[in-house]
Parts: sequence; structure tokens; C-alpha cells
Amino acid sequence: MLDKTARPRPDMTGLPKTFRDWFAGKNWQPHPHQLEMLEAAQAGKHALLIAPTGGGKTLAGFLSSLIELSETPFDGLHTLYISPLKALAVDIHRNLTLPIEEMALPVTAETRTGDTPQAKKKRQRGSPPNILLTTPESLALLLSYTDAPKIFRRLRTIVIDELHALAPDKRGELLSLGLARLTKLAPEARRAGLSATVAYPDALEAYLSPTGRTGSGMVERVTGGGAVAADVRIMIGRGHFPWSGHMGSYAVEDIYEQICGAATTLVFVNTRAQAEILFQALWRINEQNLPIALHHGSLAAEQRRKVEAVMSKGGLRAVIATSSLDLGIDWAAVDLVIQVGAPKSSSRLLQRIGRANHRLDQPSRAILIPANRFEVLECQAAVDAVNEMTLDGELPSEGALDVLAQHILGTACAGPFHPDQLYEEVRTAAPYADLGREDFDAVLRFVTDGGYALRTYDRFRRLRPTPDGLLTVVNQRVARSYRMNVGTIVEAITLKVRMRRGRFLGEIEEYFVQGLTPGDTFLFAGQLLTFEGVRETVVEVSPGKGEEPEIPAYMGGRLPFTTHLSDRVRAMLEDDRNWPTLPAPVEDWLRMQQWRSVMPKRDRLLVEVFPRGGKFYLVAYCFAGRNAHQTLGMLLTRRMERARLDPLGFVATDYVIAIWGLKEPRAEDVAGLFDQDMLGDDLEEWMAESTLLKRTFRNVAVIAGLIERKLPGHEKTGRQVTFNADLIYDVLRSHEPDHVLLRATRADAARGLTDIRRLAELLVQVHGKIDVRHLDRVSPLAVPILLEIGKEHVYGGALDTLLEEAEAELVSEATGGNIQANLPI
Amino acid sequence: MNIVSCGITIDPVPRIRQSSTMTSEPLTLNGVSLVADLSGALYWPDRSLLVVSDLHLEKGSSFAARGVHLPPYDTADTLNRLAKICGHYRPQSVICLGDNFHDTGGPDRMGKADRAILEHLISAHDWLWITGNHDPELPDDLPGRSMTEETIGALTFRHEASRSPAHGEISGHYHPSARVRTRQRNFSGRCFAHNGDRLIMPAFGALTGGLTVRDAAVRAVLGTHFDVLFLGPKRIYHFPTDKLC
Repeated sequence: MLDKTARPRPDMTGLPKTFRDWFAGKNWQPHPHQLEMLEAAQAGKHALLIAPTGGGKTLAGFLSSLIELSETPFDGLHTLYISPLKALAVDIHRNLTLPIEEMALPVTAETRTGDTPQAKKKRQRGSPPNILLTTPESLALLLSYTDAPKIFRRLRTIVIDELHALAPDKRGELLSLGLARLTKLAPEARRAGLSATVAYPDALEAYLSPTGRTGSGMVERVTGGGAVAADVRIMIGRGHFPWSGHMGSYAVEDIYEQICGAATTLVFVNTRAQAEILFQALWRINEQNLPIALHHGSLAAEQRRKVEAVMSKGGLRAVIATSSLDLGIDWAAVDLVIQVGAPKSSSRLLQRIGRANHRLDQPSRAILIPANRFEVLECQAAVDAVNEMTLDGELPSEGALDVLAQHILGTACAGPFHPDQLYEEVRTAAPYADLGREDFDAVLRFVTDGGYALRTYDRFRRLRPTPDGLLTVVNQRVARSYRMNVGTIVEAITLKVRMRRGRFLGEIEEYFVQGLTPGDTFLFAGQLLTFEGVRETVVEVSPGKGEEPEIPAYMGGRLPFTTHLSDRVRAMLEDDRNWPTLPAPVEDWLRMQQWRSVMPKRDRLLVEVFPRGGKFYLVAYCFAGRNAHQTLGMLLTRRMERARLDPLGFVATDYVIAIWGLKEPRAEDVAGLFDQDMLGDDLEEWMAESTLLKRTFRNVAVIAGLIERKLPGHEKTGRQVTFNADLIYDVLRSHEPDHVLLRATRADAARGLTDIRRLAELLVQVHGKIDVRHLDRVSPLAVPILLEIGKEHVYGGALDTLLEEAEAELVSEATGGNIQANLPI
Repeated sequence: MNIVSCGITIDPVPRIRQSSTMTSEPLTLNGVSLVADLSGALYWPDRSLLVVSDLHLEKGSSFAARGVHLPPYDTADTLNRLAKICGHYRPQSVICLGDNFHDTGGPDRMGKADRAILEHLISAHDWLWITGNHDPELPDDLPGRSMTEETIGALTFRHEASRSPAHGEISGHYHPSARVRTRQRNFSGRCFAHNGDRLIMPAFGALTGGLTVRDAAVRAVLGTHFDVLFLGPKRIYHFPTDKLC
């Protein structure tokens, strides 16, 4: 039957015969959105394709280029493809080679990433391929060469893949500036953005537009045919359903059963620790010896590549993965996605689900396995959100000044520029559309001589004026140093993990290593390891003995809990009409809470106070996410100290915070504790003491080019960078607190601390709406958080207090009779 | 207040004996009574002598000359702290234990105001520069005496610890730093390290990084067991080496 409201379906008549035959030979039909993208291209328009995962987005981006190139032989770079991942660029190159070879098109396509050999890179600059596949960092590098105008002069198309993933952070800011530059060098070039379904399509349109704003009419928006609704269900394992914890190990047998019943399963988890633990647990019961692999960001790159390669050949039955597999590479063979633990964001869940059956005509099959009772609510909220297609996620950010500094220096490396013209150009990049001239000038001065009020470095400038009013780099050493430091990814300090006299396993965060004592066992790279010691910058390990690790794996990569899901969870708690659809243990738990206490209301804050074991507990149901709760915990502890409530510690999850102390807070105390003025002085004081700003400054200083991450000839280890950056921060803060890098640091910290903004919103929202319940014992809803005590880090205490404790521990050890064997030494 | 580590214990952690002043700690080296100050300076009361090490003056401008524009405030910052500590102890003599300037060009690059502060400090004391590897030669127009090492009573002052056994030796060079483990996180910071016979001074300069006292180079001087006086935010803490990470 004809649907009269539908748009006229584009047909293949717009395709040249070669292409029609190729599609026909494969028994394929081009998707409507692929043809619409082609039409937009042929009309010379920029285009933003928003389509679910799968759906042939990549071909949609390249189709017009392939046709143009097949019709008119072209000498030089025609199409530039930018992907957030090196591996994805390589993969797309492979996929692109197929139609090129099968249709015998006169088209050359090559990748260019950090892994490309120097000789090939050099050759690519002299004689570029028709299609170049690269990353934002490699693009920035290319743009810094004096021959950049020559390389890009004839560029016709720029394809930006996974735009939704690139746009919201500093890499996206750097890329937006690179795009502005490309438009200057090649005004003819049109942009094609490929994005997954997102909550903020307008912001992406602005990002893609060469004006940096929406509503220019220059960007054609193409929406990919909606995927067939996913078949998503929530499953509770047969094991004892846990009250708390995040690992989901209780359901390992059910997960295994599902893997056995599917051809290929992708098992997504939220943290690397969870990946390691689940992987171990699965192998312990893997009676059929199914090929099950592990994939996360800390593993050695070659190991990850190996897993991906075997996976793409269909050689695996399951991969346990973290967000390291959220993006990109197409594995059509995956027919089941299992998400263990709550998904934390509806957009992420949608993308993960989309990894199954990467074809639009079949529903994706997915199973969510909550790890505890609260996660059941969150899983349900996420499934509802996906079904209703209400998405969340990050908005493209406002341009950071450190990224701008890097771009200005890069531009100078390519050739002399005029500040006025560069300012205008920069403002055509969406993140910098509202950049003020004074900020631009401050950054320019920073690039020139450090930008200090004390102008003593005039003689040590990096940029000098030319007679015709342009600025240029003083020497090639500046350009070399820029090229060694390009990019906005400042890695956490990691140490290599190597088997004693054996192979390299991956990298692990320094802070985790510092907590280890030789002999400790931990899980990493899918095996139990014994920590032997650190030799220079390498962690030496040997195979561990026994079953269980003594030290739980590190907590890398926690995912933020979105406000959107939080709102949905609160609504579910408030409205008991839908409770019968929840699993029985969860419904019973909520009914019990209704009976013993009350349910948290959607727009109010429930605080329960009850005694237990000689202490008083204060449990607040804020649902603002773990990060916000941790900040709140620090601030509340300070206030309780001042109110002489003798707080002892606190613990936080995504949903709840619990603080305990020696004195019972009265109802009127509680209102005062949560007063919004806590975000004033208390916050300032806490920020000054925390390492947050220093860590942020380090990243800003590296990106802006104040601190070099690598010097030609010798690489600095991350540790050295940290130490120096802290000292520079201290000196700068006491002598020039308004320096542009400190402004950038504060802006960054505020931006990174979405949790503080969230906290502020929470405090405003609940002002005068706090329900305090004094109970005679722990409430059912408070049980999970109380169980976290002892498992989770317990916070509280200023730096000096902590040092005193460490010292006092020694004194009591030396003077008391009770020597504890397990003192951390 | 006391916050305990496991959430079960409520007994307050026993208070340790507080040192007489929070910002300095007495120590004995080769029989000589000295005072380690939170600022990183060492004071010898009997001789009215103050020692500081590794000032690395003009480190910022040294990097700036190579295109790395570190903040130009390090020299002023270091000298202000030095002036303050001199004002506190009012010593007759001051020894700067080497690497006083970050490089030999440092004295020439120094700004006028900083130079005036430095010359004022020198003129008010019996001032001894010990030379270091960064500043093997100091310009003639820089006031103050200059030596490669100096022995006073039972103590010998040199920039880099001797490779052969020495007694009563005070040196710098390594910028010792320590990492202390507390139940919440690890802190690193500058420290004095000594074994009762030899002592390594922390760096006093504003932009000077550190070498962990667990490094073999420090062990070669002090042996495996030695005391660390950790310079905390508000006071000095004692830690034996095995408490460090």
C-alpha cells in the first residue's frame, strides 16, 4: 500500500550504470538516505546524515565522491575522511577498497594515522591519494605544513564519521578549527557529517556548517530510515539477586547460556574491572571451551587489534568489552548484545544495542542484566527511553582556549598569518562562534611569548611580525616542537605491564600501581597476576596463583549517569502503578520501603536519619550521580564538622549518599546542611585542596603547548610532566591568577564538573522541600548503600588529617601491642 | 575530628605527641643539633647558620630562551621565600648548597628587581655559594664567597654527596621527594632525608621537581634505612622509608 505522507522515494536512476550494476550484482538496494546524501552532494550542499548505527552510513558519505571520481579522473586529494579512531579509518579503508576494486574505479585511497610510516607520509604530502582517511590529530599535523595549501587546494569533499562522538570534546574543538582552515584553503570543499541518532541534532548542524551556526540553510539534514525497533529485554539471573555491587557476577551462568544460544555475542560492561572479573567468571564455567575474548582500553593495542580481527572473521563466540567497542567497526555477524550493569545513558544503550545485527531490516536483539536492585530501575528507565527514543548525551562544547592556542601555533607553522583574518576564520568554527576578540588576543599573546603580565620574555618570542603585518614562527624548532605535541588527548599516566621475562600485556594507571605491594595479586588482561615490582616505568608481573585476586581490579572508566535517566528513575519510584511490571524482588523491596519509610518524591529530597551500631546514619536520595554525590559528601562532611555532629565518613553511589557520624542530626540541622550556600566558600576551599585543578592545569598546559609532552630526542615520562605542572600551577596561581591558562583551567574544571552544576541545580531545586524521616532502623531503600560501606572507598578528611593518620598509625604500631599484619606498607 | 578507614571502628585514632613547633623539627647529624624547617631550609642554631639548596634561580627564563615559556615568577618566588626564612631565623651566615642558578647564563638574565633583592640578602649575611653542576662557575660581579665545598666543625657542605663514605655531610643535588600512602590517596612532596650521619636537602627553588627517595641514587648515599622528614602543607611529618611508596 502506498503511504501518501512518505517522501518520494529516490530511485537508482541518479546512479551511473557501473554503480547500478554493482548494487544489482550484490542484490542490494541503496538505502533512501544514501541516495539523498548523493543528491545533496550533487546539489553542492553540505549534508548531515543522522541515522542509527549500521544502515550504510559510510557508503552514504562516500558515494558521491566515488561517482565523481569514476566519471572525471582526478589528480590529487579529492576526499578527506576523518574518523575518531585510527582502527576505524583502517577498517573503512578496507570496506572502501571493495567497491573500488569490484567496479575497477580509477580511484586511489590511503590511510594516514600515527602508525603510517614516515616515508609514506612524506610521499602522501607530495602526491596525495584521491581519498585520504585520517584522524583529527593527523589532519592538524597536515595543516601545519607549509605545503598544506597545495595539498588541500583541490579538495572537494570532507567526510566526518561518528560526528556525535567527536563533536562534544576538545578533539572536536580542534577538528572544528581544522575544518575552518580547510574551508579557507579549499572554499569548494563540501562537508558531509555522519552521526548516530542524537539528542541535539541542531548543535551538530551548527558544528558542520561552515558558518558555525544553525539556520544558515547551507546544511541539508538527512535522516536515515528508522531502524526496526530493537528487541530489548531485562533479565535477572537465577543466582541470588544482589542488593548492591556492580559486577553482575551473580548472573554469569545465565550470560553463558545466552552466549551458547547465539552465534556471536557482544557483552558490554561499564568498567574495566567488571570486564576482567566477568571474563574470568565466564572462563571458569566455559565447559564447551567457546572462544570468548576480552577487549578494553588498557590492553596492549596489538592484542585489541587481534581480537577485532578474529571477531570480524567470525572466529569468536563472545567478546567482553567496555566502551572501547562502543564506536565504529562493523561486525554484521553480531546477533546478540548483552549489557551487564545499568547503561547510565539512553544514547549509549542505543548505540550498544545497535552493534547487534548491523542491518536496518532486522531488529537488534539485546538483553540488559542489572547488577543490583537500583539498577533494575535504571535498566527499565533506559529501555523505556530507547523505546520512546528520548536520548541524552553531551552537547558540543564551547571552545577551550588551550585548544585555540594549539591551533594558532599550528597555523603559524604553516605560514605567516594575519591576526584579524585568523580571528574571523576561527569564529566560523561552531565552538568558537562567540569567541571575544580580547580572548583571542590573550591566547595569541600566550602563543607569542607566554602572555605574562611581566613582559620579560619579549626576547624569547615564538612568533615574530613580518614587515607586512603578518605573524610567523621565529624558527623551525618551534614548528618541530609543535608537531611533536599536536593533539588534545593527554593520557592519564600509565605504566606498561610486562610478564617477567615475557610479553607486554598492556598499560595500567599509575595510581593503581601505587596501591600495590609486591606479592599482591590482581586481574589484568584476562589473567590472575602477581605484582612483582616496578622497574623504571614497567610494572613487572608473574602468573598469579589461586582463584581470587587479593586486590580487586582498578576502577578505570566509570560512566556518568545522565540526568535524563535519573529523572526517569525518580518518576518510576514515585508512581507505584508500574511497579507490578518490575521483577518480584524489586517490587517487594519498594513496597517494603513504602511501609517502613516513604518513597522519595520526584521534586523533593528525602533524607532518612537512623541509628545503627552506635552511630547515626544520614541517607539522602539525590539521584545526581556518583561524582556529584562525592563532591556533596566532602562538603556535607565539612558542614557537619562545623555543626559538631562528628561525621566519620561517607559513601556514594549514582543514586544515594550516606554519611555517618557520632551525633544525631535534627531535622532543622538537615535543612541547614543542604543549604545552597555550600557551593560558595566550602566549595572554593575544597577545590583549592583537591588535586582536581592541578590535574586540569596539567592537561591545559600540555594542550596549549606550555609543557611539551615529547621533546625531539627524549620523551618525558608522564610522571615528570605531572610534577612540573603542579609547580608551575602553584607559581602561576600565586603570581598571576588571571593568566589565560588559569582561566582556561577554571573553565575546563567547571565544564568537567558537570556534577557541580548538577549539584547546584539539585540544591536549588530541593530548597525548602526536604523531607526528613527519623527512623528507628535502616530503611529498605537504604540497605544497598549501607552494603557499599566497606566495599567502596570511604571518603572524608583533609590532607593534613590524612598525613597525621598515616604517621599516627606508625606510632600506635610501634607503641601498642596489637601489630596488624595487613598494614599497608 | 577523626575519620576512620573502614566505617566500623569508632575509636578515635590515638593522637601522637605533637612536636614543639609545627613548622620545624629538630634532628641530630653527626652529633650536631640542627633544625629542619618546613620551608625546606636547614638551621644550625649553635653557629647561627642557615642552609638552603638547589635554588635553580632563573629556571623559567632558561626554558623561555628555548621557546618554552614557563612563568617568569620563579626567581622572585624563591627569593621572597628565602628572605622570609632569613627574617625568621636571623642567621649570621647563609650557605646556598649549589645549583643556585639553573644555568651559567642565569645571573645575566636576572631581572633588576630580583637582582636587588638577592644583593640585599647577600649583603646582610656572611654569604657562601657552594657551586653545583648547573652553575660550576659564578660570575665575578656576584657578591658572596664561592667554594666547591666547605667544612665547619663536624659538618661538611657540598652540592653532591661524595661517592666515598663521609660523616656529617650535608648535600643537595637530588631534590629528594617522598610519596606517602594514606588511606585515601598518596601524596608526594619534598623532604629531607638523613641517616643520622649524612643528610640530603630538599630543593628550595620554585620550579624544581623531585627524585623519589626510593631511587637507588639516594640509597647509595644513605643506605636502605633512613629517616624522611616530609614537608606537608602545614607541618613536617616523620616517616621511615618503608612507609613510603
